Amino acid sequence: MQKKISRREFLRFGGLGLLGGAGAALLNRQPGPALAQGAPIPSPADGHDGHEPEYTASEHAGHGGSGTVGTVDHEFNRFHPSEMLSDFDYGTISTLPGGQRLREYEFIAVDREIEIAPGVRFPAWAFGSLTSPEAQRRGGFVGRVPGPTIRCVEGDRVRIKMVNAGSHPHTMHFHGIHSAAMDGVPGVGPGVIDPGQSVIYEFDARPFGCHLYHCHAIPLARHIHKGLYGGFIIDPDPEKYAGDERRAAAGRNHQHPENREWQELFMLMNAFDTNFDKENEVYAVNSIAFGYMNDPIPVQRDKPVRIYLVNLTEFDPINSIHIHANFFDYYDHGTTLTPTLKTVDTIMQCQAQRGIIEVSFKGFEPGHYMFHAHQSEFAELGWMGFFDVQE
Amino acid sequence: MTTEKNFLSRIPLWVLAVIPLALLAALVLLFVNTNPLAVTSAALPPVEELDVQRVTLPEPGLIVLEVVNGGPDPVTVAQVLVDDAYWQFEIEPGNTLPRLGRATIRIPYPWVEAEPHEIALVTSTGVTFDAAVELSTQSPALGGGQLLAYALVGFYVGVIPVGLGLLWFPAMRRLSRTGMGFILSLTVGLLVFLLVDTFLEMLELSAELPGVFQGVPLGLFMALLTWLGILAVGNRPQAAGRNTPEGRRFVAWLIALGIGLHNLGEGLAVGAAFALGEAALGSFLVIGFILHNITEGVGIAAPVAKDQPKPGWFLGVLLLAGGPAILGSLMGAFAFSPLVGVIFLGIGIGAIWQVIVEVGRLLQRDHEREGQPLATWANLAGLALGIAVMYVTAFLVKF
Repeated sequence: MQKKISRREFLRFGGLGLLGGAGAALLNRQPGPALAQGAPIPSPADGHDGHEPEYTASEHAGHGGSGTVGTVDHEFNRFHPSEMLSDFDYGTISTLPGGQRLREYEFIAVDREIEIAPGVRFPAWAFGSLTSPEAQRRGGFVGRVPGPTIRCVEGDRVRIKMVNAGSHPHTMHFHGIHSAAMDGVPGVGPGVIDPGQSVIYEFDARPFGCHLYHCHAIPLARHIHKGLYGGFIIDPDPEKYAGDERRAAAGRNHQHPENREWQELFMLMNAFDTNFDKENEVYAVNSIAFGYMNDPIPVQRDKPVRIYLVNLTEFDPINSIHIHANFFDYYDHGTTLTPTLKTVDTIMQCQAQRGIIEVSFKGFEPGHYMFHAHQSEFAELGWMGFFDVQE
Repeated sequence: MTTEKNFLSRIPLWVLAVIPLALLAALVLLFVNTNPLAVTSAALPPVEELDVQRVTLPEPGLIVLEVVNGGPDPVTVAQVLVDDAYWQFEIEPGNTLPRLGRATIRIPYPWVEAEPHEIALVTSTGVTFDAAVELSTQSPALGGGQLLAYALVGFYVGVIPVGLGLLWFPAMRRLSRTGMGFILSLTVGLLVFLLVDTFLEMLELSAELPGVFQGVPLGLFMALLTWLGILAVGNRPQAAGRNTPEGRRFVAWLIALGIGLHNLGEGLAVGAAFALGEAALGSFLVIGFILHNITEGVGIAAPVAKDQPKPGWFLGVLLLAGGPAILGSLMGAFAFSPLVGVIFLGIGIGAIWQVIVEVGRLLQRDHEREGQPLATWANLAGLALGIAVMYVTAFLVKF
């Protein structure tokens, strides 16, 4: 323990050592520079030992022995966490007689196995949609966990036909504003949809923000943790706002050129209780344990990043995200155009809480920047990943 | 009737013997190929059962698990968790264990001295099987020094107390007939305690065995076979006369054997506990075992108190009664096998049972010769004291 740890060894400590700036400083036995906004970004090349860091892209794989062994069979899943980040389902678009835009979706609930960690298969209940990018790419329906990320614009008419092709009654309950009959809960309106039956949910998309949908059939905990959930993003309509708010809304709205200046990522924090003991064995964003550890998320450092973050972790009261070596602005529920939290590096969410993170790596030294739940247990059970910041 | 009888009698014996076997083979083939009971198992996931037989920490930063698939279906170990973290591992010979297949899993994990660690094996269906290290400490390596150390533990637990107990032999020779009855009754009490204790140890160890090995029935059958075997040996002419010095020595040998097998069980438990870091009491535990087992020597010597056994004879019974503790301690530390343990403990149960019967008969014959009833106050007090001494001194060694 008293041995001085070299920079290379320090890097080998990887995930464990990096789990906190304080821990890193302790390991290094070297006080780290205080990171303030606007301060120059410390680069590994500024190392006190004068050696070039021997960090290579492959080294992240060996996190001092931590992590899963093997690789997930993404072909078996027919969905890939790297694609899920930016796969948005815009539905089939048409215009209603009154001029309102209509987005139509056909969602299908199925029973299927998904591989959530190398070699570990989970008997999931999954939503898929015929208009989702996976279905288009693969020329057919793909049941995925999380379900397709619905993306629409404030004021759109949204019509979702849900077909239950699974073995249990299901519903779709949207976090948004709608009538009681369209709430997708047992005993109200169409209530639960039995296997082989279908239903149409229809409402105007509001309020804008980062929302979600999930099955509300009982027993609720099982229907949620088996995988029946997904993102439901309503972009703000810039026409409704003025000044700075209008600019912010345009940057958020996928139909506007200002939105192309952003790199947008959808991340849903979920977990799987593989042995059904009411405790999760696997934690992840977008289902695959260490998915973004094995396939780091490429980030163009001059392009700001917007993360739509949703928490659907069952059995644990909260989940969280911490982004290393950086600070970000946070919009709780995404329902405002100015941040609800400024300059933070960790936020937490209870189940169904969600929000938007806006973070920039502008001017940063290229490299792997870690992000993970700052419940160390969740991190080491799979909820850990890297941004691969590139020039 | 007669024709049929003639017809059957013309068929050679071996054909008659083979017919049911041939039908059985046909039936097995039918079931394997057509699975007529498929309706009851359709689409159900396999029943998985993994038994972690042993967890060792052979060096800093390494945990080694030995696992057996005790279930009806093959099991695939997909991932390994240590203290709720996915961890790298190597599994030999492969990830999938067939029924009754064994595998060794090596996990490069920086375990922390003196702290507990939990390990979970995650199978391909998401089922988890747990193992634990109660108190982490480096497992003994198979080297000269370690072998000697664990042999010494067994020596302390078995040989020393039995040897000390045997040293009461000269004192026993001076005892009156009532005193001898008391000592023999004390021996029975001691043996009754050992019988119960050995039986419970067998149950405990059986629980660590995969279900297919049927640990409890295995132990009980070993006990039954041992008992019958001793009966057969005991009925040989040269051992039959229990009133002769040879007969009494035979009883003493039997006591030594029963006690020896019990001490093997104790050695097994102590060796394994020391190796797994669970027995932190060290010398306190050793003193406890000496106190606990010292009456065993008295028990062995009691039947021959009237005779003139040679020093070599004492050495023999000492080795038979105390030596197995050394063997047990070494097995517990280096080659722990619940299966072997259950077999030995089963043998021990059978032997101790028959020894109780033999000593009881010895006592009865002594009293019949004197025209006294068997259940005297002195005898009852001896029996009660035998059990009580063992029970109370067990406080020092149970953990």
